[in-house]
Amino acid sequence: MKLKGKVHKFGKDIDTDAIIPARYLNTFDPRELARHCMEDADPEFPDKVQAGDIIVADKNFGCGSSREHAPIAIQGAKVACVIAKSFARIFYRNAINTGLPILECAAAVDAIEAGDEVEVDLEQGTITNLRTGEIYQAAPFPEFMQGIMAQGGLMNYLKEKLSHQSN
Amino acid sequence: MGMTVSQKILAAHAGRNQVEAGELINCKLDVVLGNDITAPVAISEFKRLGLNRVFDRDRVVLVPDHFTPNKDIKAAEQAKILRDFAREYDINNYFEVGQMGIEHCLLPEQGLVLPGDLIIGADSHTCTYGALGAFATGVGSTDMAAGMATGEGWFKVPETIKFVYYGALPRWVSGKDLILHTIGDVGVDGARYMSMEFTGEAIKALSMDGRFTMANMAIEAGGKNGIFEVDEKTIEYVQGRAKRPYQIFNSDPDAPYAEIREYDVSKLEPVVAFPHLPENTKPVSEAAEVSIDQVVIGSCTNGRLEDLQVAARLLKGRKVHPELRVIIFPGTRQIYLDALRQGLIEIFVEAGAVVSTPTCGPCLGGHMGILAKGERALATTNRNFVGRMGHPESEVYLSSPAVAAASAIKGRITAPWEIEQAF
Repeated sequence: MKLKGKVHKFGKDIDTDAIIPARYLNTFDPRELARHCMEDADPEFPDKVQAGDIIVADKNFGCGSSREHAPIAIQGAKVACVIAKSFARIFYRNAINTGLPILECAAAVDAIEAGDEVEVDLEQGTITNLRTGEIYQAAPFPEFMQGIMAQGGLMNYLKEKLSHQSN
Repeated sequence: MGMTVSQKILAAHAGRNQVEAGELINCKLDVVLGNDITAPVAISEFKRLGLNRVFDRDRVVLVPDHFTPNKDIKAAEQAKILRDFAREYDINNYFEVGQMGIEHCLLPEQGLVLPGDLIIGADSHTCTYGALGAFATGVGSTDMAAGMATGEGWFKVPETIKFVYYGALPRWVSGKDLILHTIGDVGVDGARYMSMEFTGEAIKALSMDGRFTMANMAIEAGGKNGIFEVDEKTIEYVQGRAKRPYQIFNSDPDAPYAEIREYDVSKLEPVVAFPHLPENTKPVSEAAEVSIDQVVIGSCTNGRLEDLQVAARLLKGRKVHPELRVIIFPGTRQIYLDALRQGLIEIFVEAGAVVSTPTCGPCLGGHMGILAKGERALATTNRNFVGRMGHPESEVYLSSPAVAAASAIKGRITAPWEIEQAF
């Protein structure tokens, strides 16, 4: 699958309180969470983000709380993909489990600027900066995780597995 | 090749004799935990599977602790999802307001988590139970849903960093100071994806409450879990609480470590983490001129009886600074009762602090002590991210209960020995 979108750039250690502040966690409705997505890191983000846009961030994206509301808020804001130098462990798991595309690629993060148009090929793990024409290769996912992602998340994967067991 | 304690627990739950770092394995789970923020999402995912039962109704634990007592209508709806699910699926370990506590204080106290267990919780501070020699790690709601359905979960076997603390702990230096110092040393992603194994003579000397505090904050260094060796203090704690058998695992002498870090604790003083990351640490003597508007003592990090006892020792017969609010929230109903019977609650109220029912409320900026723009709090909690306790332009400093109580009296960040000398 290929994605194309405009880049919003963030720094290092973006925590899940910045992605979706706890004061809004009295719901898990994606549209409501999207209205506050990234609000404490960039108050204008919920207004300026467009469907298909891409978040590019430095190291340790999604550190802190385990709230799955973080990937849900990002998906609710129709962000197509997150590229970072590294992801915090629970966020990484949650993104795979909920079907939010994520890529780890330090070189791309260093080179890509806010506002750049970027194309991402999820199968190949390549990131193309359409402004400069440069292509970057992201780290591949283990096969097992690719299986979960191919099913669109852990619950679909599990549903499939449980149906085989009962047959 | 030997294995670390974390690898041994994972291997045992995967039915394997040996596992190596980096392997992806499927494991049987002992306990699956969720709260009023994460469990509603998990319950909604669980129901998609169309199952009429959870894998084991004694091993699913539901604790409404974050926005309870319900802070608003939406929070009440979320808490009701847990309550209804617990009744429908006959979940034995659902803790209603009045019985409950902050989950990571409550589960060990109730004997629901034990040495050698493999525990997942849809809360990042699930790593707290590593103090008991369990492998416990935070996950998201979908992992919780899968765990409730199957009693299993997938894990990548982590590498381990061993942290060795030697020397005698100076007065006023607590488990909180050791873990803040460690996070300051390795950084907020210094142990990302890894097990943190805490050992050494200073750890042996630490109480169980101090160990819970340390394990609790492993996540603040990016750790997958934090874990302690089981010793006579662990056994004493577990005895009388455990309602099922448990197994003790220890690291092999030739276990592989990605890194070993050593600290001489005898040179430490209490530590304060400055905004807006737990890694921004300084010794308390370098934090002395920071004025504060609110002090919060409690949470899954420092809401246990020993924490309240330390705070009470400093606040006894003294008054909270007139320009400051102090909120104290015991971790569980039992801790609250013990504090009441020991006269600690009276000391707090007479000093001018307010004492809350157990809740995560202020720690995550939920309710019960939110900060206004420009306000500054000193808290015994675990995170000082932007907006963590309220307005995005407020600030949170992290410390031990001793520093928090001393600072409550002075109105600025204060070393506990300043209070002792003054009286």
